[in-house]
Amino acid sequence: MSVKDIYETMDYGPAPESSDLAEAWLDERDRRLGHFIDGDWHDPATGNWFETRSPARDAVLAEVADGEAKDVAAAVAAAKAAQPAWAALDGFERARYLYAIARRVQKHARLLSVLEALDNGKPIRETRDIDIPLVARHFYHHAGWAQLMDTELPGYEPLGVVGQIIPWNFPLLMAAWKVAPALAMGNTVVLKPAEYTPVTAAVLAEICRDAGLPPGVFNVVLGDHKAGQALVEHPDVAKIAFTGSTEVGRLLRRATAGTGKKLTLELGGKSPFIVYEDADLDSVVEGLVDAIWFNQGQVCCAGSRLLVQESVAEPLLEKVRARMAKLVVGDSLDKSIDIGAVVDPVQHERITELVALGREEGAEVWQPDTPMPTNGCFYPPTLLTGVEPAATLAQEEIFGPVLVSMTFRTPAESVQLANNSRYGLAASVWTENVNLALDIAPKIKAGTVWVNCTNMFDAASGFGGYRESGFGREGGKEGLYEYVKPAWEARLSGKPAYRGKTPAEPDKGQDAVPGGIDRTPKHYIGGRQQRPDGGYSIAVADVDGQVVAEVPRGNRKDIRNAVEAAFKSPGWSTTTAHNRAQVLYYIAENLQARRDEFTGLLARLTGGGRKRALREFDLCIRRIFHYAAMADKYDGRVHATPHRNVTLAMREPLGVLGVVAPEEAGFIGFISTVMPALSMGNRVVAVPSLRYAPLATAFYQVLDTSDLPGGALNIVTGEQDELARELAKHYGVEGLWYWGDAETGKFVEEAAAESMKRTWVNHGRFHDWFDADQGQDEAFLRHAVEVKNVWIPYGE
Amino acid sequence: MTNVYSFRAPDAAPDHGLERNPGMGFDPACFDRLRINRSAVERRCASIPARRSIKKDHQAAWLLKAIACIDLTTLAGDDTPGKVRRLCHKAMRPVRADILEGLGVADLGLTVAAVCVYHNYIETAVDALKGSGIPVAAVSTGFPAGQIPLELKLAQVVASVAAGAKEIDIVISRAKVLTGDWRGLFEEMRAYREACGDAHVKAILATGELATLTNVARASWVCMQAGADFIKTSTGKESVNATLPYSLVMARAIRDYHRLTGYKVGYKPAGGISTAKDALAYLTLMREELGRDWLEPHLFRFGASSLLGDIERQLEHHLTGAYSAAHRHPTS
Repeated sequence: MSVKDIYETMDYGPAPESSDLAEAWLDERDRRLGHFIDGDWHDPATGNWFETRSPARDAVLAEVADGEAKDVAAAVAAAKAAQPAWAALDGFERARYLYAIARRVQKHARLLSVLEALDNGKPIRETRDIDIPLVARHFYHHAGWAQLMDTELPGYEPLGVVGQIIPWNFPLLMAAWKVAPALAMGNTVVLKPAEYTPVTAAVLAEICRDAGLPPGVFNVVLGDHKAGQALVEHPDVAKIAFTGSTEVGRLLRRATAGTGKKLTLELGGKSPFIVYEDADLDSVVEGLVDAIWFNQGQVCCAGSRLLVQESVAEPLLEKVRARMAKLVVGDSLDKSIDIGAVVDPVQHERITELVALGREEGAEVWQPDTPMPTNGCFYPPTLLTGVEPAATLAQEEIFGPVLVSMTFRTPAESVQLANNSRYGLAASVWTENVNLALDIAPKIKAGTVWVNCTNMFDAASGFGGYRESGFGREGGKEGLYEYVKPAWEARLSGKPAYRGKTPAEPDKGQDAVPGGIDRTPKHYIGGRQQRPDGGYSIAVADVDGQVVAEVPRGNRKDIRNAVEAAFKSPGWSTTTAHNRAQVLYYIAENLQARRDEFTGLLARLTGGGRKRALREFDLCIRRIFHYAAMADKYDGRVHATPHRNVTLAMREPLGVLGVVAPEEAGFIGFISTVMPALSMGNRVVAVPSLRYAPLATAFYQVLDTSDLPGGALNIVTGEQDELARELAKHYGVEGLWYWGDAETGKFVEEAAAESMKRTWVNHGRFHDWFDADQGQDEAFLRHAVEVKNVWIPYGE
Repeated sequence: MTNVYSFRAPDAAPDHGLERNPGMGFDPACFDRLRINRSAVERRCASIPARRSIKKDHQAAWLLKAIACIDLTTLAGDDTPGKVRRLCHKAMRPVRADILEGLGVADLGLTVAAVCVYHNYIETAVDALKGSGIPVAAVSTGFPAGQIPLELKLAQVVASVAAGAKEIDIVISRAKVLTGDWRGLFEEMRAYREACGDAHVKAILATGELATLTNVARASWVCMQAGADFIKTSTGKESVNATLPYSLVMARAIRDYHRLTGYKVGYKPAGGISTAKDALAYLTLMREELGRDWLEPHLFRFGASSLLGDIERQLEHHLTGAYSAAHRHPTS
């Protein structure tokens, strides 16, 4: 076409980014990528290789080592050997390495961008302007955390060897999100990239080697799920960090249950994109482009569910369609495209099937008349309207450039629809009304809420899910805790630290209240005393075998009732922290007034004498005061993300939190576990130690006089492990703390895989509840909250 | 709900093609609930040049188109007839003949879109441009601040048209925007439009003095409702002149006005656009937000004085592969 012709058509024309240097890089390595273990390249133990392809060009890029257990074992061994020396470096030394990696990522930014676009199929514009700059940013940011670990995280230690399994949608970026904090905190890493997209991980390995990173600190094992599984099962791996599907996340939760391995899961989503009638609709349209037509919609936090207020639905959709018609689909190295190739024909097929299902279920499918490349794996931008909440496509993650749309009438309804999902990764809220935005953001169950923006990421801000979108945070200070453990954890004992005598068998012949009036302890549910559903009681005796009380024998229906009561009492979670503090102080005040009663009970139940009982009781009062004080102190942060915005890291209660108190630990165990949970605004279903249950049932009378709203703390007595299992299986329980035996702890973690509830279990080890660290550490608060990051750009 | 989005879809609106925008009467329901989100607008503006890359022959063609859309401008206190004549000659022959030859576009008859001067030089310019078909545009209504009585503004418009100006670039009263006197702004604009008669009227919003993007959007609407042929960002004399965010907001207002009425209003960014790269970004914005039609001089203009020089250098570079120098191109 001549200049003169173009002058008439005013077309953009092709603008290809050259792949010459990227191809040369592959050629220099004979187009074979081995494992990177202990600072050097290794062929696969099996001798098997597989191909990685460029989906936009349908061409083979390289042969890749097919890793399995042997390769993983070698990598873990190298990482284990390297870890003590790496952790022993001072922060500055580790910072220097991370800084060098960041600099080298920048120096080789174009090579990385081109290879990433080739391997994944995503547009070069995205890898060049988003993925790779964020990779560098993550290493810079975490170089800083490495430097500051001693002063900013005193009392924390690295975990050891960390296994990291990452997806194909942001190959290098996900590697950076995981590798940078892990190394910063003194861990060593075995990374398993996705089988579709292994290339840039190999470049990163070279960068690390060239930056002088000691051998074994960072290792890459390539391959498919076989390598991943071997990594998860390896006994020397202290932690698994995974990003990928909820389905695989569940497998990992089960596989690591009871092992004591730490786990973070960043899983799927069906994130709502909520548009209110006063929003800047043209900006909303561009927001949608960034939400669902970014990276072909293959984004875990893609705004894939458009919720639009009825009054503006029609004009908005008209604008959306007009915009979609301008999206350009093409080769990933063309600088003038908006949408590249989906990663693999398998994915293409899945998208096609789901869209067909949507049509069958009554949705109207609209696609623009966009020219599509004839070669390669491409899917056009797609809009489905008339998708009602009951439709499969309103619930299931599509992971493609497919937007589903539905309407709402009121802000309250928008929240209801937004939260009508098993997922909770992110949300985008569009309104020019700051009152509305800040009202809605806390109400949405999602780890990230973007106000008038979408898909904003930064190393200084934590990212992660609620609900079945997984748990743990990546980025920000909150993300560092995923790669450290409190030093006191190592001091936890295999034997109880609490000195209470084992109660004797109850002497049935005795009268529990000699000469007195019989008392009937009950469950405490919804602020009322409730008889046990089963109608059975259990006698609890003191160390002399004298019956102290007959407490209710709770069953699954009592648990159900307690969870229901907690669920229906959201007030405790939404009231001000000051109010919660006041209530906790009041509890302490009223408990103090009954000092004689409680110390008497304690002395009888522990057999430890009155002096010891007084000491425990007084510590309980102090601990309640501590958590009353923390209620409005353990607050959020404003992250310094590099944009003109505020990023509010808000600490939110988990919601309904089960607490199975330590069996061995008298009253202090109950108070030490229940109070932090309450302090942060959780509605608690507590299962007290059976042998100390009379203390808990006496305690509800204190609650009754302390202005605690009904449903905020529910107490169900009975066989703890049986009740723990019921809590673990309950879908409405959002978190569960369990202090008991290893076997039930394992069950709790396994069962939690179903709903992805957050769990905190002791793996059969015992806290010293009198110890300030083990009994009252910040960890108790951290496990009681989720961090939600709310991004609010500003500027009129 | 009464805002612009609740009006009927465009299939209901007839397509008026090249017909002048007659205006539609004052209707604040079209704009009084509009809110523009600055951060989102800026993000879109950052992505426009990043999403579309124009290279090689395509770039050359686009730059030629940019030239065809230039209102070649001199608006200085030291303008003289001699300076204006020089400008007019450059307007008629904006690019060296050998370069046009080399690009294969010698027979396009490429000129700039118009020459833009103060009232005092209209006759000089009309005379110098005789036979070229290039219209003369005059700035008017107490340009640049507009702080003179309305009668004088109208008298100036009438005088400029009488002197031969085919296009009148008026300045709006910023005070009417800043005080929310939208009806007053409408009536003022309507009066200018009537005073212009057959001459086309471009409404300069002086966006840098309107405080918010929301005001820019609302002022755009009012001027279009009153019958502006073009809406234009700036006089070139404000401390902030044309920017991509202003352009995006105004382009979107034009799009919605077209959707509602079927009339196409032109757009003219002015002030501070001095590089070929800038020009490509603006053209891309027009193409992405408004479409192909807005890449022609009847719907798009650059108000610029030094832009042409940079484009000439880029065109020569395209031909020779060597970076060019300013002295190789005839000055205005």
